[in-house]
Amino acid sequence: MNKKVIALLFKDVLLEFRQKHSFYGILLYIASTVFVLYLSMPDTPESSVWNSLFWVIQLFVCVNAVAKSFLQESKGRMLYFYSIASPIQFIAAKLIFNVLLMLIMSLISLGLFYTFLGSPVVDFQLFIGITILGGTGISLVFSLMSAIAAKAQQNAALIAILGFPVILPQLLILIKLSKSAFGEVFRDGAVLQLAGLNILMDLLVIVLSVILFPYLWKD
Amino acid sequence: MNKIWWKILSFILLVYTIVCGFLLEVPRLDILNETIRNLYFHVCMWFGMMILFIISFIYSVKYLRGFNYRNDIFARHFAAVGCLFGILGYLTGIIWVKVTWVTDQGQSLGSVLKEPKLIGAAIALLIYGAYFVLRGSFTDIDKRARISAVYNIFAFAMLFPSIWIIPRLVGSLHPGAPGSDSGNPALDKNDMDSTMRMVFYPAVIGWTLLGVWIATLKIRLSIISEKNIFEIKKMN
Repeated sequence: MNKKVIALLFKDVLLEFRQKHSFYGILLYIASTVFVLYLSMPDTPESSVWNSLFWVIQLFVCVNAVAKSFLQESKGRMLYFYSIASPIQFIAAKLIFNVLLMLIMSLISLGLFYTFLGSPVVDFQLFIGITILGGTGISLVFSLMSAIAAKAQQNAALIAILGFPVILPQLLILIKLSKSAFGEVFRDGAVLQLAGLNILMDLLVIVLSVILFPYLWKD
Repeated sequence: MNKIWWKILSFILLVYTIVCGFLLEVPRLDILNETIRNLYFHVCMWFGMMILFIISFIYSVKYLRGFNYRNDIFARHFAAVGCLFGILGYLTGIIWVKVTWVTDQGQSLGSVLKEPKLIGAAIALLIYGAYFVLRGSFTDIDKRARISAVYNIFAFAMLFPSIWIIPRLVGSLHPGAPGSDSGNPALDKNDMDSTMRMVFYPAVIGWTLLGVWIATLKIRLSIISEKNIFEIKKMN
């Protein structure tokens, strides 16, 4: 069981290395977006503006990074996977791969934000933690949305339509949570409560993906 | 579906709600005054919406368990009527906001309306909007039913925290926030006096039954109009 997940994961990583253009494409997407922000914003934006821009960019980066994970698989190849692996193994491999990809992209965009737009972050370790938490949550939700949109034979636009309302609660929690890293004082335990809620929602998404993906899988 | 007693019950309860809701005595509090009567309409809309969405969710689960096309029709129409109730809930809410939240201190309506509960309800309407867009993007009926059932279940599960948990964690003007007098929007014992409760609970039941009634009419209509699909399915 686990061997197959690792093999599928390895296949995705290998594919990413073979077709480097998509990986670099997303990197360039992040870089040019941040550069546009750098040119259009005042030199040091306010912390609340910085915060909301950061998370909105994360959202769009995720749509672009994760969108292709199911769209790229041709019908013939899906049939092949169908014959060698169970749907749960397949979705598990996809989820892990997308989370890893999104974490790399999140951390890179955090670095770019830091260089170009300055940073209101006081507690850097905490903010990196929140970024990892947020990147994980966003990529998990969009993985399943990508699987649904792939079935509708639609482009990335449908992923955004399906995913944005679903991700909103998590995004609002993340934006609130980030303020704790900017030195804003929270009520005792509120930070842990919000982070816990976010982790619980991530777990909910994983469980639902595992339950629901088998229905998306067979045609 | 064709039983008539609950339709009569719905009618009687709604007549009772409107007559007693406008005529019975209500406590007159500061700011709220007589607008508290809106409780019999505004809050009931949200109750109705949640119940209809729950029914839609249950039919989506049922669809995935047996792939019976009827269940898909049920899920679709209950979601649609749920959205209607959500929009009506907003409209009745706007009237209430106008007299209670908007003061003469010149704050913008946008800042007043950035409320956790309003955002939660907006997320609900956006999710079901996306559900109908997703439905529209398929041509194959079975595939449409299956994929949209998956989205309905997923979206409903994600809706839970945004409507039932987050608004209870953060402060707001809306009743039911921590720090305000009551802990629960609509069901707290300190929120209503006994005369109001006598009208409120029947009102919730009446409005919800009306929603179910509208949905069943739409379901019967689309079962008739898609009759040949059922016949083809039977032949297979």
